[in-house]
Amino acid sequence: MDAPEHLFDDRTPGVEEHEPTASYQSYTVGLGLAILATIASFVVSQTSLLWPPGIPVGLIVLAFAQIGVHLVFFLHLGSGPDSTNNILALAFGVLIVFLVITGSVWIIANLNSNMMPMSMQ
Amino acid sequence: MHFFTNDAGGNQMMYVNLFWAWGHPEVYILILPAFGIFSEVVATFSGKGLFSYRSMVWATLGICVLSFMVWLHHFFTMGAGADVNAFFGIMSSIIAVPTGVKVFNWLFTMFRGRIVFRTPMLFAVGFIVTFVIGGLTGVLLAVPPVDFVVHNSAFLVAHFHNVIIGGVVFGALAGINYWFPKAFGFTLDDRLGKASFWCWLIGFYLAFMPLYQLGLMGMTRRLQHIPDPSWQPLLLVAEAGAIVIFCGILCQLAQLYVSIRTRERRLDLSGDPWNGRTLEWSTSSPPPAYNFAVLPRVETIDAFWYMKRAGRHPAEPAYEAIEVPRNSAAGFITAFFAVVMGFSLIWQIWWLAVLGFLAAATVVLIAGWRIEREHEISAAEVAQMERASEVRHPA
Amino acid sequence: MTIAAIDRAPTEVPTELARGRGGGGPASKRVVVAYGFWIFILSDMVMFSALFAAYAVLRGNTAGGPTGAELFDLHRVFIETICLLLSSYTCGLGALSAERRQPARFFTFAVLTFVLGAAFLFIEVSEFAHMVEKGAGPSRSGFLSAFFTLVGTHGVHVASGLIALIYLTAQVIAKGLQATTLRRLLCWSLFWHALDIVWVGVFTLVYLMGD
Repeated sequence: MDAPEHLFDDRTPGVEEHEPTASYQSYTVGLGLAILATIASFVVSQTSLLWPPGIPVGLIVLAFAQIGVHLVFFLHLGSGPDSTNNILALAFGVLIVFLVITGSVWIIANLNSNMMPMSMQ
Repeated sequence: MHFFTNDAGGNQMMYVNLFWAWGHPEVYILILPAFGIFSEVVATFSGKGLFSYRSMVWATLGICVLSFMVWLHHFFTMGAGADVNAFFGIMSSIIAVPTGVKVFNWLFTMFRGRIVFRTPMLFAVGFIVTFVIGGLTGVLLAVPPVDFVVHNSAFLVAHFHNVIIGGVVFGALAGINYWFPKAFGFTLDDRLGKASFWCWLIGFYLAFMPLYQLGLMGMTRRLQHIPDPSWQPLLLVAEAGAIVIFCGILCQLAQLYVSIRTRERRLDLSGDPWNGRTLEWSTSSPPPAYNFAVLPRVETIDAFWYMKRAGRHPAEPAYEAIEVPRNSAAGFITAFFAVVMGFSLIWQIWWLAVLGFLAAATVVLIAGWRIEREHEISAAEVAQMERASEVRHPA
Repeated sequence: MTIAAIDRAPTEVPTELARGRGGGGPASKRVVVAYGFWIFILSDMVMFSALFAAYAVLRGNTAGGPTGAELFDLHRVFIETICLLLSSYTCGLGALSAERRQPARFFTFAVLTFVLGAAFLFIEVSEFAHMVEKGAGPSRSGFLSAFFTLVGTHGVHVASGLIALIYLTAQVIAKGLQATTLRRLLCWSLFWHALDIVWVGVFTLVYLMGD
């Protein structure tokens, strides 16, 4: 991906690198997919096209899909070696987000269910 | 706002939950750098490479991930029930395992090494003993039924001081004694350092071991009077311990004062006062602004150790220009105003919060306008600084 | 193998020349800066996760006050979602133009991004004002406190992004499209795309599941 001179350049990072940049096409495809996912989310939640008990799951799947579209088409998070560190960091971030949200919901639900019944106020 | 209020739909327990979801990772943020310091110190003062670097890395990664999965152990007694308590209790016990791996690695590093008992190493050995005891009481506390008895008692207070003093404070003091010469160009007085270590060690045990017993005897934390006179003897021992720790701090202040006074006699001219293993010891003390005139070729852990054994390169290398960042006060000033903003937000002094924010933002915008963020040290300047320095770098 | 035998000089390890595997020298400034900013964004996401958690816990605590179903106007939410999504698109096209050193196109897309982002904010602020007017402000109930804080924090991020966009566009006018300004624009667009990702979470979990 880089010119050979760069490999032996020992100076602090400052060398301009020429990496293949994204194209108009990738952004447009990303936009199209994201708009589709958005419309689908609204349709799923507002109509009974999807079996009603499955609506929350459907919405979450669509949300993840759209986030994936954003990551790949807008943020260019790909499989190249320059993205490896970013993907590892993202995985860790996703883990923490998951733990904080699901952990808190589980914990508070259990705490709430053990609360004494409230007296009339 | 009704996040944590009693009325209008708030939930107080959510505060405790969110606080400790941050608070537990925080204590691992405290201890992991100390672990890193000890890995350096133990290897250097044992004259041996760190035992099993790979398992050290895996253990650290394991701790990083697990530390986000245990936070409920800070509020077992808030009433989440057996299922939740069981899960977090088990996770809290599991996280002791990678820490144990690290302790064994330090011990195996010392085994059959040639131990040199300078101040940093004393703190390292003190750490191993003290932190293990604190960690053991932590695993005790991880068992919910045990925690129900001793939560918020002096037992808990003893545990967290045990790990924080034994781990974080001893790590900081070891690191200060170890790297002071590199940063400032002269060593700290080792006798006063050792004296401070013994005061800290003895003082810590005197101050906090009684608290374990007191916790089991029913003494809670955050008391403003002593309801049970039978606690008094142990509390007096603890007070004596506090005084001994204070003497340790006085020794450290004296160490700093004496070392500065006699710094001409204790200059670090070789850059390598401890016969170190890692590359920072190949630079002068203090190092030049560019650190390394020629980037060393690193092929192994403890690169400097093996460079020393292979012998130094006699010829002067061809120096090149080096790009270094310019100094800037912007970060420091922004942080100052961020503190002002944080303080004002806590105490709801809204006008000051707004001012602090605007000031911080202004500094960021001004500093962000600069394009030239680095300057170049020419090859001639590098050559001049290298020749003036009395330390020669191994190739 | 004795422990003593472990402490021997290791054999020469050939340095791999694959980038990102410890060989070949440091990555370029652009990659390093993007990585650092990415970590900052992830920390911002963790903060949002706490706000999402608070919302998830408090969403049912309406304290006798209005619920989400009664308050949310999904037509407006759809419009503001499309505005923000389109602004991400124009942001990407602007980044492309900047990379290709096409100042006129860059400025066009920057203005479009700003207008679309401002439209998003305008709709959101008017929604908030309308809710406060109806007595459904943040102090009415736990649910509303959580709602206003989560959605409001996202809005503050959008507003900050717009101010930063003005600042960076001015900097491009003053200093041109050079390596440093390009890196800053890259960071800004990372930020803007991340905000759209958060919004996907918001409109899904808050508005669509609030019914």
